Amino acid sequence: MNDLLTEIWESIRRNKLRTALTGFAVAWGIFMLIVLLGAGNGLMNAFMNQGEHFATNTMAVFGGVTSKPANGYQTGRRINLNDKDVAITQSALFSGNVDKISPELFKGPYTLAFKSRHTSVYLNGCYPSLMEMNKIEMLEGRFINQNDIKQHRKSIVLAASHAIELMNGGEDYASLIGKTVTTDNITWVVVGVYKTDRTAQRVEAFAPITTMQMITNDINYVDQINFSFHGLTTKEENEQFEKTYRAALNRAHKAAPDDESSIWIWNRFTQNMQMDKGTHFIRTALWILGIFTLVGGIVGVSNIMLITVKERTREFGIRKAIGASPWEIMKLILAESVSITALFGYIGMFLGMVACEVMKMTVGQSSVEFFGETVQLFVNPTVGLGISVGVTILLVIAGTLAGISPAMKAARIRPIEALNDVN
Amino acid sequence: MLIDLHNIHKTYDNGQPLHVLKGIDLGIGEGEFVSIMGASGSGKSTLLNILGILDNYDEGEYWLDGKLIKNLSEKEAAHYRNRMIGFVFQSFNLINFKTAVENVELPLYYQGVSRKKRNELAMHFLEHFGLADWATHYPNELSGGQKQRVAIARALITQPRILLADEPTGALDSKTSVEVMDLLTELNRTEKVTIIVVTHESGVANCTDKIIHIKDGIIGETTLNEQHKASIFGTSTIMK
Repeated sequence: MNDLLTEIWESIRRNKLRTALTGFAVAWGIFMLIVLLGAGNGLMNAFMNQGEHFATNTMAVFGGVTSKPANGYQTGRRINLNDKDVAITQSALFSGNVDKISPELFKGPYTLAFKSRHTSVYLNGCYPSLMEMNKIEMLEGRFINQNDIKQHRKSIVLAASHAIELMNGGEDYASLIGKTVTTDNITWVVVGVYKTDRTAQRVEAFAPITTMQMITNDINYVDQINFSFHGLTTKEENEQFEKTYRAALNRAHKAAPDDESSIWIWNRFTQNMQMDKGTHFIRTALWILGIFTLVGGIVGVSNIMLITVKERTREFGIRKAIGASPWEIMKLILAESVSITALFGYIGMFLGMVACEVMKMTVGQSSVEFFGETVQLFVNPTVGLGISVGVTILLVIAGTLAGISPAMKAARIRPIEALNDVN
Repeated sequence: MLIDLHNIHKTYDNGQPLHVLKGIDLGIGEGEFVSIMGASGSGKSTLLNILGILDNYDEGEYWLDGKLIKNLSEKEAAHYRNRMIGFVFQSFNLINFKTAVENVELPLYYQGVSRKKRNELAMHFLEHFGLADWATHYPNELSGGQKQRVAIARALITQPRILLADEPTGALDSKTSVEVMDLLTELNRTEKVTIIVVTHESGVANCTDKIIHIKDGIIGETTLNEQHKASIFGTSTIMK
């Protein structure tokens, strides 16, 4: 092994410029591959971050406008969801799949006031289970509970960003718990403060939906029904469930059971499935692009090795005459090819990772306003250890591929011809 | 007999078939010092290549030390070359980027001998040939005679059964040629090395004990030359 390395080193040392130029092609290939994958990862991580605010096995249901005449009604009728729909969702009909339910009722904006401080707020009336479904993280106090719902309590859960505003920049959320705040002319007791995410769509305060319905005179009305489910693993199962569920709600509103625009269902599970497919596609495309770039490098190495074999024909002839087997000769060329590829590949990989870190520190920190939402285009655009291992394997394979044809050519050299070679 | 050739035929087929060896019968015993003489195109190089297992033959049998050398795979051929045959070439054929001692130890590398041991052995051989001071020099820093002595050391380090020398003095001046031939003679006398020299110089052939003339692919006369009176080195030779 030691001897083999000495041989390779000798060969590389004698052809520094040529080796460096070839190596550059390989390093460039790997550099591009790593940067592409890193950028791809950044994009996908940003995607994922958007989806992370919700548990994936949930559906959100909204009322829409009918598109089919039914039961004597014309098309274009507005369907408003109400407590009856919540009851249907909760009923034995769907209890095989449906776990937790939380309707939501949105109102606002209101002026949220505490002492002399005030800010603008949307109120979201909900059930306790929304906390789990929307992954709401409590910083202080509690979320809406069952007693709040039953007793129509005026309990409110504030966003940390609002709490900070109300306390004039202070972050001692605990001191706010139990205090009263007002929205217009209604007085609420603060029961909890939750963590706000800067990528969240809209900063809202949570209240019991029953209280909300009472104070807004929308006794039965809900804007949206959220529920978590289980046992629906395939696309078909999900579609079947959605069809049955939509039909049940449509019937309750005297709409055509198969009317798809009267009841809107947003299935985060199938959405995710599609996103997984999308990210998989992007990743594959990036690998292919990167590998194509790398192929250029491989061809370069192969070319150089062919020239090397040509130049060293006589030497290989001598080696064979004094007893080197064809495999010994092949080994020299293959080892040299793999060494050049691996050495420069690693340089490329290292530089690629540095570039990824630079991306992370620059574009990875910036975000853009997109339809009023703050969206990060790049989140953590780096490659993981798995990719590094993958690239290592790729390099060894690439080096071997680059070397194989020249090595076979070298192994086929006939000593008599090589020794008669004047060069 | 160490070497036994029976009716060896060889034809090259480069567009037009060229019958180079037309039935060679030859026996060379252990410890002999033989030269094969012939003009260019006589087939002597082809014969040497076959003897050195560098080339195949079409017909006949070649027995080397009791083994039939025929239709060997590349790997087997390499093995036999490594263990049984030492080569000395006209143009030395040293590897330029290896020092003298590295060149000498290379055949042992292909035998899998450890670096330390082969280095020791190579140094021993170089000392024997008076080249110890030049061990770490590269071939281009050596004179022609020194290069050929390094090449002979490399050929002998594996203790081969035969030493094949192809025009060993072809690239040397006459003084150095005499030195190299003296060295070969001494190796044959003291170490009992079997040596076959291929040459077209009668002066070189005269140093050997037996001269085999080859002409048009067949063996002509064989001259016993124990007295070394066939042709004195440097005078009435063909080329020099």
